[in-house]
Amino acid sequence: MATAVMTTLDPNSRSATRGMSDLTIRNLFIIPTIVFLIVFNIFPLLYSLGYSFTDFRASSPAAANFVGLQNYRELLNDPFIWSNFAITAKYVIVSVVGQVIVGFGVALLLNRDIPLKGLLTTLLLLPMMLSMAVVGLFWKLLYDPSWGVINYALGLGNFEWLSNPDMALYAVAITDIWMWSPFVMLLSLAGLSAVPKHLYEAAAIDRAGSFYTFFRITLPLVAPILMIAIIFRTMEAFKTFDLAYILTSQPTTEVISIRLYKMAFQEWQTGRSCALAYIVLIMVLAITNIYVKYLNKVKER
Amino acid sequence: MAAVRTSSEIGFNRVAIVVVLLVTIIFLAPIYWIASTAFKPRNLATTIPPTVVFQPEISPFVKLFTKRSQLRSAPTPEEYAAAPWWERVVFDGGEKIVRDGKGQVQWSGYPSRFMNSLIIAITSTVLAVGMGTFTAYGFSRFKVKGEADLLFFILSTRMLPPVVVAIPMFLMYRAVGLNDTHVGLIILYTAFNLSFSVWLMKGFMDEIPKEYEEAALVDGYTRMEAFFKIVLPEAATGIAATAVFCFITAWNEYAFALIMTNRRAQTAPPFIPSQVGSGLPDWTVIAAGTFLFLLPVAIFTFLLRNHLLRGMSFGAIRK
Repeated sequence: MATAVMTTLDPNSRSATRGMSDLTIRNLFIIPTIVFLIVFNIFPLLYSLGYSFTDFRASSPAAANFVGLQNYRELLNDPFIWSNFAITAKYVIVSVVGQVIVGFGVALLLNRDIPLKGLLTTLLLLPMMLSMAVVGLFWKLLYDPSWGVINYALGLGNFEWLSNPDMALYAVAITDIWMWSPFVMLLSLAGLSAVPKHLYEAAAIDRAGSFYTFFRITLPLVAPILMIAIIFRTMEAFKTFDLAYILTSQPTTEVISIRLYKMAFQEWQTGRSCALAYIVLIMVLAITNIYVKYLNKVKER
Repeated sequence: MAAVRTSSEIGFNRVAIVVVLLVTIIFLAPIYWIASTAFKPRNLATTIPPTVVFQPEISPFVKLFTKRSQLRSAPTPEEYAAAPWWERVVFDGGEKIVRDGKGQVQWSGYPSRFMNSLIIAITSTVLAVGMGTFTAYGFSRFKVKGEADLLFFILSTRMLPPVVVAIPMFLMYRAVGLNDTHVGLIILYTAFNLSFSVWLMKGFMDEIPKEYEEAALVDGYTRMEAFFKIVLPEAATGIAATAVFCFITAWNEYAFALIMTNRRAQTAPPFIPSQVGSGLPDWTVIAAGTFLFLLPVAIFTFLLRNHLLRGMSFGAIRK
């Protein structure tokens, strides 16, 4: 398939006359990767597309029966699935908004001459490099109602975070904000440092107020890169699994990835979970498409 | 800007520095808490008020690596005196180290999980970066019809939620016997990192001037020789940065490992949370395991600091 896509190169080019031709080298370099990705990414998805039209259960030896669109119809009419999507949406909004406020805020503060700025920035970036599952687990101790450091530091007494149905999702989001604000900060800093200094000088000469300077110069110029950060984080938060799965088992934190995991690997409703996976997949591809279009637009500037 | 600096701006600068320092402290506090808990005696891990100053101990690490059981009765003075220092620390905590019939110390599950993590992360990184470097060169230097679509296809494979991909992979692996094997997880992580590696390496390749190879071709090098002798050395920094990113991703990965492995090939991320059972967990041991697990990533973060932006944005933004 991939060979058909390739255009022919000039057979008389200088290098084509010696050793392997450029065309051979190009195919040799690109095709294995494409084939690998098709075999291990596309083929499994076709496999699960097939199962999504069946009542297959991986836990039972019974053969799969074709049920047409029944799985999709039932899923889309299932209020519980929609509540999983609603929880996911709430989680995405809380955590992304939090990350933008904290990340962009810290970037604004860091965007000046500060002693040891490089070291501070690197230290601030540390949380996002760590394993969500492993560090997330430790937040269980931090959130502990009896001896958690968080309750002690904030003077909250025995406040329940993770076992409180109303609070648990926010607790997971707070941990996510802790981990991923650095990402927004990193991108914002890159955007801020690219704003030409002379614009600020001109604004100062015109005696523009700091609010005016911020909303008319800083924000519009940083907006594209901030947008990249927002789309990227939205996509990741939509997929979230590790943190919520490890920190709590509240029904109020059952984001769509957790529902999917339970349906597939605990309830063993394989056919139906394949259908749900496809619904999620289409949503993710839509966001990815927006993201890539936006990336290319920003790159062109 | 310095020319028009007013006194209120200087004052604001000072406030900003103080706030930044405070934020840094808050952000590092959880990591500090993991590190300090890893060196606490068990009874100081969960106290109110939290214990900040204490005599650091190595006992959590001894407990992390060994299989232990509750002491029924205190060891006799002879037993205690005969025991090596690392066994005494465990006695002091009211436990004893489990030994087999020959008196050999029994290991806990941690060392093998840590080794699995190392084997799987390193192998998949080598494969993903190796293939990715060639492919990135191909995309960077040659005309490929539908290049944008192919690159989008490559990227989109990385964007899917792990659970979506894991369901069919689990069924396929079960059919061919790859569940709970190192090879199975290595293939998954290679596929996962390959797309990332292609995107990032393409950016690095684009930055190497074409004129370098063209000069080499004029000098009688073949394209292959030019690639290996001219391009690869120029791309060394990029390859190293990409490799570290791929390693960290594979090292940290949780969902695939949770679904695809349960014992033999289990990596540390699903293992560490599984230690928290129903009762009161020994947080010092969990902290010790977490500490060792996070250490390589913390070191790599420092080495990578100048490439973080680029890696985290899939090469979209360069410094």
